[in-house]
Amino acid sequence: MFHWLEQRPFFFAVMLFLTVAFAGFIEIVPDFAKASQPTVGTKPKTVLELAGRQVYIKDSCNACHSQLIRPFKSETDRYGMYSLSGEYAYDRPFLWGSKRTGPDLHRVGNYRTTDWHENHMLAPADVVPGSIMPKYPHMFTNKADIATAYANANTQKSLFGVPYDKEGMTKLGSWEEAKAQALEDAKKIAADMKNQEVKDAVAKGEVPEIVALIAYLNSLK
Amino acid sequence: MQSNAQLEYDYSVVKLFTFTTILFGIVGMTIGVILALQLAFPELSNLAGEYGTFSRLRPIHTNGVAFGFTLSGIFATWYYVGQRTLKMSLNESKFLMTVAKLHFWLYFVTIALAVITLTLGYSTSKEYAELEWPLDLLIVVWWVLWGVSMFGMIGMRRERTIYVSTWYYMSSFLAIAMLFIFNNMEVPTMFWANGAPSSAMHSISMWSGTNDALVQWWYGHNAVAFVFTTPIIGMIYYFLPKESGQNVFSYKLSVLAFWGLMFVYLWAGGHHLIYSTVPDWMQTMGSAMSVVLILPSWGSAINMLLTMKGEWGQLQTSPLIKFMILASTFYMLSTIEGPIQAIKSVNAIAHFTDWIPGHVHDGTLGWVGFMIIGALYHMAPRMFKREIYSKKLMDTQFWIQTVGIVLYFTSMWIAGITQGMMWRAYDEYGSLLYSFIDTVTVLHPYYALRALGGLFYLIGFFMFAYNMYKTATAGRVLDKEPANASPMAS
Repeated sequence: MFHWLEQRPFFFAVMLFLTVAFAGFIEIVPDFAKASQPTVGTKPKTVLELAGRQVYIKDSCNACHSQLIRPFKSETDRYGMYSLSGEYAYDRPFLWGSKRTGPDLHRVGNYRTTDWHENHMLAPADVVPGSIMPKYPHMFTNKADIATAYANANTQKSLFGVPYDKEGMTKLGSWEEAKAQALEDAKKIAADMKNQEVKDAVAKGEVPEIVALIAYLNSLK
Repeated sequence: MQSNAQLEYDYSVVKLFTFTTILFGIVGMTIGVILALQLAFPELSNLAGEYGTFSRLRPIHTNGVAFGFTLSGIFATWYYVGQRTLKMSLNESKFLMTVAKLHFWLYFVTIALAVITLTLGYSTSKEYAELEWPLDLLIVVWWVLWGVSMFGMIGMRRERTIYVSTWYYMSSFLAIAMLFIFNNMEVPTMFWANGAPSSAMHSISMWSGTNDALVQWWYGHNAVAFVFTTPIIGMIYYFLPKESGQNVFSYKLSVLAFWGLMFVYLWAGGHHLIYSTVPDWMQTMGSAMSVVLILPSWGSAINMLLTMKGEWGQLQTSPLIKFMILASTFYMLSTIEGPIQAIKSVNAIAHFTDWIPGHVHDGTLGWVGFMIIGALYHMAPRMFKREIYSKKLMDTQFWIQTVGIVLYFTSMWIAGITQGMMWRAYDEYGSLLYSFIDTVTVLHPYYALRALGGLFYLIGFFMFAYNMYKTATAGRVLDKEPANASPMAS
C-alpha cells in the first residue's frame, strides 16, 4: 500500500493530512464548549485594565512570568489558590506563559500594591536586590492605548457575548462613557503613586502605560 | 516534457534562500546571545530604551531563528532536493519559477516586517505566533505559494516514485497550514471600535482562556514538529546518503518512522499543559504519547546512523559528515529528553524552568542548526560550481559550535533542575525554604556559562558565513559536478 501511495502524490497528501489531523480533532473539539464557562464571580476586565493587559503583552511580560498556579502545595503556599479554568474564561489571548524567569503573577493583586509596582517597574533591583528584571522607565512616559482597549472590550462584548453591561458585571457603554470611566479609574491609581509627571499627565486626561499596567496587575486576584 | 537530455537544475531560488538562511541566522542568533547575556548581566537590558529589553527582544529571537533561519534553510533545501529527487528543473516552467520567486520575496518582506513590528511591540503574545493579523495574512499567501510550487514540481516530475525527503517536506506544508490557521484565528478589534480611534494592528484571539491555551500548544508543540523536525529529517534523508555515497539503510524503517511520526506527533502537544487547567485526560494523553514518540524519532535517527555502516571512517576525513552525524545524534538526545520531561512527575519539576530552553536548544542548535549547515555546505559546490573554500575552517567551526552546544545544554540542565528543586523545598517547620529571588540569583553562573556557549555557537556561525561567502566568490572552479563527497580545499 505504501509503495502505491508513494507514486500517487494526491492520495499520499490526503492520507498524510488525515493521519496528522486526527489527533487534533479528537483532543480539541470535545472540550471547547465546556472549558469556556466562567467561574462564578469572574468579571470581564475594565477598559483601563484591558489597556494594561495590552501593555503587558506589548512588552512581552509573559516571556518571563507565568499566570498559572499549579495544584502543588509549594505553589499554593507561594502564590495562593491554584488556578481554575473558569477564571480564564474572558482571557483573549490566554497569558499562562511557559517560563518563570520571574515569579507567577496570577494572583499578584493579592499581595502587591500600586506603590510597590511603581517603584519596582522603575528599578526592580532596588526593590528586590538581585533581581534580573529590566527597568521599564518608558512606561512612565508612553501613553496607554485606551481607544484600542475599548475596541478590544467591545469586540468581546459584540462578537463573543462577554457580559459587559449586564447586571452586576463590568460597565462598558459608549466610547465616550468608557473613556471617562477609564480616566476616573486612572485617577484612583495615580492618587496612590508619587511620580509627579504621571500625576500631571493623568490630571491632563492622559493615561501613562504604567497606570494602566498597575490597574491590570491589581486586578489579578 | 523534454527528452533525456541532461537536466540543468536551476539554483536561483536556492541561492536566494541560502542567503537569507545565513542573514537571518546571524540576526536571530546574535539576538539570542544578547538575551543570554542580559540574563547573566541584567544592566545590558537597558541599553536601548524600551527596544532593548529582554522581553521585547525575546520574540524577535524566537521568530528570527525559527521562521527566519530555519524556514529559509527548509525552503533553500526544498528547492534543491525537490528538483533533484523529482528529476525536474524549475527553469522548465515559467509559471513555477515565478511562483518560487514570489514565494521568496513575499517571505523576505514578511520577516523584515516581523522584525520591525515586534520591535515596536505589536504582538499577539502567543508563542511562535506573535505576529499580528496583517502579517499572518501575508504568511498565508506565501505558504500557499510554496504549496503551489511544491505540488507543481511534483506534477512535472520524471521520477514516478516520490522520495522520502519529499514526504517530509509535504508533511510540513500540510500540517503547518492547518496548525497555523487554527492558532492564528484572531479578530481585528478595529471593526468593533464603535467610534473609538483604535489601532488597526490590534487583534484578539478567537478562542479564550483554557481553549486558547489548548490550541496554542497544539500549535506550539507541532510547530516544533513540522518546522524543527520533519523537514530536517527530509534533509538528512537526502544529504547524508548523497554526501557519503551510501544507500539509506532501510526502506521499511523509513516508512515505519514516517507514518508513525505523523500519527503520534500531534498528540504530544498536551505535555505543555501538564498540571494546568486543561482536562486531565489530555494531559495524560500528551504525556503517554510523548513517550511513544521515541519510537518513530529514533527510527529515523537509527536509520541514518546505520546508513553509515562500514563507512564510519568518513567521520575522520569529512567535517561535513561530522555535522550530519552529530545532528542525528543530537536528534536522538533531544527526542529522549523531551519524553522524559513529559513524564508528569518530571514535568512538575522541569516545567517553567531553564531546563526547557535547554532542551529546545540541544534540539535546535545541535539537530536543526547542524543539519542546515551541513546541507548548505553540501549544496555550495553544486550551486556555485566551486570547491568549498576551507576544510580547516569548517572543522574549527564544527568543534567550536559543538563545545558551545554542550556548554549550553549542560548549564541549562543544572540551572533548571536546581531552580525546580528550590521552588519546592521546605524547611523543617513546613515553610518554603527559599524566596523566589534566591532561586534567581543562584542561576547567575549557569546563565553566564550559557551565554558563553551561545557565543561559541555564534562565532562558529560567522565562520560558516565567511566560508560560504568565500566559496561562492573565491573557491576553485570545478569543471564537473561532484558525485558524492563534496570537494573542499584544505
